[in-house]
Amino acid sequence: MTKKQKNLLIRIIVAAVFFVPLYLISEGIVPVKLPAWALYALFLVPYLTVGHDILRKALHGIKNRQVFDECFLMTVATVGAIALGELGEGVAVMLLYQVGELFQSVAVGRSRRNISQLMDIRPDYANIEGEGGELERVDPDDVEPGSIIVVQPGEKVPIDGVIVEGASALNTSALTGESKPMDVSVDDTVLSGSVNLSGVLKVRTTAAFEESTASKILDLVENAASRKSKSENFISKFARVYTPFVCYAALALAILPPLFVLLTGVGSAAYASTGALWREWLLRACTFLVISCPCAVVISIPLSFFAGLGGASNQGILIKGSNYLETLSKVRAVAFDKTGTITKGSFEVTAVHHNPIDAQRVLEYAALAECHSSHPISQSLKKAYGKHIDPQRVTDVQEISGHGILAKVDGRDVAVGNDKLMNRIGVAFRPCHHTGTIIHVAVDGEYAGHIVISDQLKENAREAVAALKRAGVERTVMLTGDADSVAVQVAKEVGLTDYRAQLLPQDKVACVEALLDEGSGKKLAFVGDGINDAPVLSRADIGIAMGALGSDAAIEAADVVLMDDDPMKIAKAIRISRKCLGIVKQNITFALAVKAVCLLLSALGLANMWVAIAADVGVMVLCVLNAIRCLFVKKL
Amino acid sequence: MKKSYKIEVDCANCANLMEEAAKKTAGVKDAVVSFMTQKMKVEFDDGADVDAVMQDVLKNCKKVESDCEIYI
Repeated sequence: MTKKQKNLLIRIIVAAVFFVPLYLISEGIVPVKLPAWALYALFLVPYLTVGHDILRKALHGIKNRQVFDECFLMTVATVGAIALGELGEGVAVMLLYQVGELFQSVAVGRSRRNISQLMDIRPDYANIEGEGGELERVDPDDVEPGSIIVVQPGEKVPIDGVIVEGASALNTSALTGESKPMDVSVDDTVLSGSVNLSGVLKVRTTAAFEESTASKILDLVENAASRKSKSENFISKFARVYTPFVCYAALALAILPPLFVLLTGVGSAAYASTGALWREWLLRACTFLVISCPCAVVISIPLSFFAGLGGASNQGILIKGSNYLETLSKVRAVAFDKTGTITKGSFEVTAVHHNPIDAQRVLEYAALAECHSSHPISQSLKKAYGKHIDPQRVTDVQEISGHGILAKVDGRDVAVGNDKLMNRIGVAFRPCHHTGTIIHVAVDGEYAGHIVISDQLKENAREAVAALKRAGVERTVMLTGDADSVAVQVAKEVGLTDYRAQLLPQDKVACVEALLDEGSGKKLAFVGDGINDAPVLSRADIGIAMGALGSDAAIEAADVVLMDDDPMKIAKAIRISRKCLGIVKQNITFALAVKAVCLLLSALGLANMWVAIAADVGVMVLCVLNAIRCLFVKKL
Repeated sequence: MKKSYKIEVDCANCANLMEEAAKKTAGVKDAVVSFMTQKMKVEFDDGADVDAVMQDVLKNCKKVESDCEIYI
């Protein structure tokens, strides 16, 4: 608790200790006779103890023509009640109002700190090795790009860089939400914000501190809270109109009905005297004011959004503002870029069809023949072979552009290439029913089999699309530059509802625009890997960049950034936003409904001050607690 | 020019009032107050004297919410 909160707590306790016996006396439960003036004076002690700052603020507001705020409502209501002789109620309202304020301030402060802690990846210092080999702690702001810094086990990497010495495991969970440690060694890139777990690392920095990943993410998250959603804007506008409105309504309630009774004489029999008539309606007006205090809604809406953003960022999902959280919850169609989102974006050997020699031999010949090439396809052949390649075994390499390679491996003639190469050397080959790039291998003029190389689907791509459907996404469309045959197969395998193939990068924007038109107002999200698709990311209702860690362009262009490349996170982001928006709606409806009912009851004289303050403080407490639920999104 | 300031404010509604007050101050192009991060981002008009403007912003904010604080 802060000093202010402790101060308020003490005031509340002191006032309560005074108040309870006084209340019992005034209600006649404890038989002590006190003159009326003494009771008044004594009740003022707890009233002023607990409420003096509210009175002061209300006066200050009136002086500066900022009349209509909560303090004003409370002041008028309690002073009114006390003046009308309802001493106990007047003081109790002020006391309970302050209890509510204290709770709100503590709860909000605490959850604010919790959320900030979740997002606290800011490194405080960097270690620089001095001349004698001793370590010196410096402000990371002062480290120039290209300097060597030392990161010890247990420390945060302060600045992005490349390892020059040492090996270790890094915990990147603050950045990606992924708790599995990542092994790194010399020449690997390390990102600021990750935590070094085991070995000492020497890192050559590649960026300045404010350009490093941790600083960028923090900046993004802090700015997120200032992009306000429609609900938040609605509430702040609402509060501006609402408070003056209730004040005038209360005034009308205090004056109009008694005037009506006096002038027409209707119902005047119910009141003992004119004084009693006025007193009754003034009290109702005061109760009305107490109920009308708008704090529950005003506090819980931004808190819900903030908790939602914080919870999401803890899961490696950065949402750039509450407004995007709101749009995300309405997404009904998702368009994917194929490479890097549904597929891994790296070519791999997916099948080897062989006869008569075994698969490993086919791969071995292909890898050896291609050993001098740096083409992505030969890289993937080498990777699939997996063993050491001795270039000494390969001689007479002849590369035929657009066809493949002829070479002698261990003295045997090996041909590795496409259909055209096989036709050229006169070897009968078997066509393949798989989609992807087909590499035929012939040994000594005999067909040995073929290898299928394709961009691999992510393991959980299918699951991710199913999860999207469960989350209420009706349409899933894949956009790709690949051939139709590849697109059909991928779309079928993953379970997408639709695809568009053979698109050039500029076609993708047009495609997304067409989808937006077809969707007729339903929100469309576009998911890309952030490479070449910045225009599409910004054109869609919501641009989601994935695997974006370290890619500045993607972080700039997207509205939602998934820190790793797990496609399951797309559905998760949508579920988080749904939960958060659901809670916001619950709070608005609940608070306004309770207030409306209580206002009506008080106007009819069916609710007294006790009901009023219970409705106000109770609703606020429930709304704040409900809002905090937005933070718990791990298991969504 | 944009600058970010740490603030202290107790209630969300008061933060909204501060935002309004800051926006109306001469020399301020735009202002955003985030209650949750307890920060105020101010965009100044070109050529405005930042320190002087911020003093006015603080004064105007104090008017609408006496309990607030801006760490200039």
